[in-house]
Amino acid sequence: MTGTGETLLSVRGVETYYGKIVALRGVDVDVHRGEIVTMIGANGAGKSTLMMTICGNPQARTGQIVYDGQDITAMPTHEIMHLGIAQSPEGRRIFPRMTVMENLQMGAALVDPKHFENDLKKVFELFPRLKERIGQRGGTLSGGEQQMLAIGRALMSRPKLLLLDEPSLGLAPLIVKQIFDAIRELNKNEGLTVFLVEQNAFHALRLAHRGYVMVNGNITMSGTGAELLKREEVRAAYLEGGRH
Amino acid sequence: MEYFVQQLINGLTLGSIYGLIAIGYTMVYGIIGMINFAHGDIFMIGAFISLAVFLILTSVLGFAFLPVVLLIVLIVSMLFTSAWGWTVERLAYRPLRGSFRLAPLITAIGMSIVLQNFVQITQGARVKPLPPQIQGGVTLMQGSTEQGTILVQLSYMQMIIILTTLILMTGFTLLITRTSLGRAQRACEQDRKMAALLGVNVDRTISLTFVMGAALAAVAGLMFLLLYGVIDFYIGFLAGVKAFTAAVLGGIGSLPGAMLGGLLIGLIEVFWSGYFTVEYKDVAAFSILAIVLIFLPSGLLGQPEVEKV
Ligand SMILES: Nc1ncnc2c1ncn2[C@@H]1O[C@H](COP(=O)(O)OP(=O)(O)OP(=O)(O)O)[C@@H](O)[C@H]1O
Ligand SMILES: [Mg+2]
Repeated sequence: MTGTGETLLSVRGVETYYGKIVALRGVDVDVHRGEIVTMIGANGAGKSTLMMTICGNPQARTGQIVYDGQDITAMPTHEIMHLGIAQSPEGRRIFPRMTVMENLQMGAALVDPKHFENDLKKVFELFPRLKERIGQRGGTLSGGEQQMLAIGRALMSRPKLLLLDEPSLGLAPLIVKQIFDAIRELNKNEGLTVFLVEQNAFHALRLAHRGYVMVNGNITMSGTGAELLKREEVRAAYLEGGRH
Repeated sequence: MEYFVQQLINGLTLGSIYGLIAIGYTMVYGIIGMINFAHGDIFMIGAFISLAVFLILTSVLGFAFLPVVLLIVLIVSMLFTSAWGWTVERLAYRPLRGSFRLAPLITAIGMSIVLQNFVQITQGARVKPLPPQIQGGVTLMQGSTEQGTILVQLSYMQMIIILTTLILMTGFTLLITRTSLGRAQRACEQDRKMAALLGVNVDRTISLTFVMGAALAAVAGLMFLLLYGVIDFYIGFLAGVKAFTAAVLGGIGSLPGAMLGGLLIGLIEVFWSGYFTVEYKDVAAFSILAIVLIFLPSGLLGQPEVEKV
């Protein structure tokens, strides 16, 4: 399934600063409803900054971010999240002193409680490992388990747009495959729109309908996943000798 | 033996009051990592407002039925301290969030001084008395020594204080561990940025934490007033320091720790006065704090940071 063509998220000319340091230098990105879009780029390119700027922390200094027809550029983070955006952020950010269950409950904080049981079941079907660890404290989970929990927690909020920041980081190939399969399934079966940041360019571009390449705070290339996979510059910079 | 039991009861009563104040320190520390030095004075205005409302109700308006009077006193006093707790956070802490760590500490001390001076000027520096309101009690034990018979008394006042504390603590623990509000508070404690990413209004959650701590301090203030019958503008400082000690002793950031610490400080103070000498009771409490912290740096129930994040 590909996108319906209707724009769900539009990022226009966004510049983001950390104090005086510029991290995004006029970024344009579009994510259509029902699409999987990926953003690849080297360390420090500004990928995570873009993810967080979409969520309003830090806020864009110039430019505009429109989600679902609404200008969210200057909205506080918690209000943006009420609109149906969820993020599994860089570094996973599991609540260390809460159990797996409580972390998932936090994910569902904005959702009508009547959905909870059912959503929980779905997350456990996706990641059976989490079910075995339900009472364990988040801080004591393994890295892979934490990643699953971070994605599961994001899903518990029933997002329309799921932002994933390097879900494959530090995971065994088998788990990476499992997580990418899960993303594909969710997109196909539920029409979930996904915006994915990855260093694992090979997998990400194969999974995504479209992709962007970010270099030093600028978008330098974009196209369908297949197109980008063929491009010489992409192969040289992100694939050959890369992590696939 | 009888003497011991009597001291135990007295210590638990005093410790309950310290514990209720300590919760405010520990919760605020948990959520913003900072000691709210204005908290002791919130307890103090809690006591003053209780006294004022009590006198207005009984002398001016002529209410006589004590339970209703006390209930109204408590509610009004909680409303006032909550509003003050909210204001302190808003004025002294929120604008400085993100600046260097000592800045809010200084504004906190400033807020504390403002409040003390305000009360001192408007109410005078002399102690304010309130005649005993709840008298009587039950005799639990009776024993005889060479000096004569000695009775172990549990006064109704002590009963009320210990019971109220027990109920509040239970309710509070449930609130923090079981409700979504409590979960949001703990989420803000552990990772504010992530909490916001899950739709939690972090600013409001922090405000609420101040309000809750202040409301409990008002309860403690009323209890103190009824138990001792005299208050002055300085009680907030002493009780505040002890409650703060209690919070550290129990493990700052831990709710059961604050309660346990409060009870221990109360017991130490009472037993030391009872068996040794009144003069050094505060020294005893602080010495024990120092010793505990040498062996358990994060307090009795505090959590050492062992998790990977
Ligand atoms: N809080 C911050 N304060 C100052 N500079 C920051 C901050 N966060 C990120 N930066 C800088 O902004 C730039 C972009 O960082 P960002 O985390 O967005 O990169 P990234 O593309 O996600 O990299 P990676 O692949 O390593 O995760 C980097 O140069 C980084 O040093
Ligand atoms: Mg990153």
